[in-house]
Amino acid sequence: MSYTLYDKLWNLHEVTQRADNTYLLYIDRHLIHEVTSPQAFEGLKLAGRSPWRISANIATPDHNVPTTDRSKGLEGIYDEVAKLQVVTLDDNCKEHDILQFDIHDRRQGIVHVVGPEQGLTLPGMTIVCGDSHTSTHGALATLSMGIGTSEVEHVLATQCLKTSKLKNMRVTISGELQDGVTPKDVTLAVIGQIGTAGGTGYAIEYSGSVIENMSIEGRMTVCNMAIEAGARAGLVAYDKTTEDYIRNRPFAPKGEKWLEAINQWKDLISDKGSYFDKEIIIDGSSIAPQVTWGTSPEMVIDIDGSIPEPTSDSMKHALDYMNLESGKRIKDIRLDQIFIGSCTNSRIEDLREAAKILEGKKISSTIKRAIVVPGSGLVSKQAIEEGLDEIFIQSGFEWRAPGCSMCLAMNPDQLGDGEHCASTSNRNFEGRQGYGGRTHLVSPATAAASAIQGSFVDVRDFIS
Amino acid sequence: MKNTSTFHAGQAVPLERDNIDTDQIIPKQFLKSIKKSGFGQNLFDAWRYEDEGFPGQDVSLRKVNKEFILNQDKFLDSDILISKKNFGCGSSREHAVWSLLDYGFKVVIAESFADIFYNNCFNNGLLPIVLDSKDIDKLLNLAEQRQQIEIDLENQIIFSVDSEVAHFDIDPFRKKCILEGLDEIGLSLTHSEQIKEFEKNRILYSPWIFINEKENG
Repeated sequence: MSYTLYDKLWNLHEVTQRADNTYLLYIDRHLIHEVTSPQAFEGLKLAGRSPWRISANIATPDHNVPTTDRSKGLEGIYDEVAKLQVVTLDDNCKEHDILQFDIHDRRQGIVHVVGPEQGLTLPGMTIVCGDSHTSTHGALATLSMGIGTSEVEHVLATQCLKTSKLKNMRVTISGELQDGVTPKDVTLAVIGQIGTAGGTGYAIEYSGSVIENMSIEGRMTVCNMAIEAGARAGLVAYDKTTEDYIRNRPFAPKGEKWLEAINQWKDLISDKGSYFDKEIIIDGSSIAPQVTWGTSPEMVIDIDGSIPEPTSDSMKHALDYMNLESGKRIKDIRLDQIFIGSCTNSRIEDLREAAKILEGKKISSTIKRAIVVPGSGLVSKQAIEEGLDEIFIQSGFEWRAPGCSMCLAMNPDQLGDGEHCASTSNRNFEGRQGYGGRTHLVSPATAAASAIQGSFVDVRDFIS
Repeated sequence: MKNTSTFHAGQAVPLERDNIDTDQIIPKQFLKSIKKSGFGQNLFDAWRYEDEGFPGQDVSLRKVNKEFILNQDKFLDSDILISKKNFGCGSSREHAVWSLLDYGFKVVIAESFADIFYNNCFNNGLLPIVLDSKDIDKLLNLAEQRQQIEIDLENQIIFSVDSEVAHFDIDPFRKKCILEGLDEIGLSLTHSEQIKEFEKNRILYSPWIFINEKENG
């Protein structure tokens, strides 16, 4: 029998089939943040239950934390409702003795950045979190899925996810990317092709030479947005790049166990001849830098394109919200704000990619605000050691403390009504980055180059 | 024609748009609550009101957007929501389902749903029904005419006042869960021994997964 990577991961974790034909899938790692967990802990308490295996759980606050002054800790959260949520996470972790990288911890950050960085995300694992972007961790050959709060409670209580099997989809990106084209452009181009519901019911395995030559950070960017194509899980096969990334991470196995682990992990690939229910092949060299123009990630086009004619009410509504008309060139859209960050693009490679463009340059005087929010305290530390913070600050960016920040604007980092933002985040939904805010999803390189220009610019021209 | 097996009978409101995301259903500023209730007044907040919403506001003082369909007189008392493709896409926030329920919706009918939202519905007793566009159109028509729509979950049929409108598919167990309100966790815990046995083997096979901070930190 030949199996896909998804099938292998599934087989490693299937506990049993319940009477209702659904399966119990054993969960190795459960990541927790402050927004989707309080009701789950409360439910557990009300039912008189306790967590099944404490060591499976790791928590960190990320959605609500301020990215400006961290010196005051919790007292620096001025929104009392938000503060209560972070305090509740603290309390729940203390009560159950769950390891938390709290607001004072230098390892604190966006949960999907922290997990891989600490070696808490290891190949062959099943990982869940009450956050749809859990698909990120699939970049390390794990089966990782976002879940709702009831499921969070279920996982806490049983160490299992009740679920059905997904179908297999393979997206192959062949050839080589052009200079200036990044993993973010790849993942947006895939969504543009298959649509935001194209992956519903599937696990998407990304493969092909472009993925093989990509760093783990890049693969995480690609898998992160599998959910934006409708797929609960994104996956990339284990290889030498994965091994090199994990070696010596704090929670990664060491010594004998390391050797045993890498021996086991090398089987985490789709077998030759394994069956995929759906196959998509994209020529990597044909992908241009991508920019979204609407209010769904599938409303995306090449940087040198123009806004299309609306063919549905949804498209008309989106253009109305974005205050754009068909025929307008993407490069003619003036920008008000720039956001570099989020679980999609806040890792060290993303910051390097943007800093390389910004070095020795100033952002346009028409940009009202440009912020860069590292994904974790350790990403921030590394960037500072490399002098990237200075490059950002010199160019006119604000250098911030780690968190989800303006990706969903639960903290004070928000767009003003009507403002256009070049954002490296994952969702351009109405109002997501602030009431009336207009989000354009792009790569860190495009965001940086466009910050200098004041409007969208083809980063390929910029670097040549 | 109220059946004994009627799950719900009510008025439907059409929200004719694809890709209605959970950020629209309940905007992020309301996710700061640590409760499951009280979200109904902020359901579709950015579309329902003319001003920007924030937690703790007295919504009775806010200016409502009269054009938004939920605010139109004829749809004010609706408790069945009809939409199009990929309803509930985006964030995993279960607050989206809590807000639909808290507003008073009992059923959401759409051409398709996003996976996580679909699961979240069943975990809270909100019934999601998938129908093809032809059947959706029939229901939209009934909604426009303010005809009552009746959902017989037992037999998986949707009726208008005088006739059968559509059949729908649903997983038999999920149907049972909604009808009987089963405790999912309790049910899974009946497999406790199997989970323990599995875990024991998993520790033997991949011990590094179970390493704690003290051994490694």
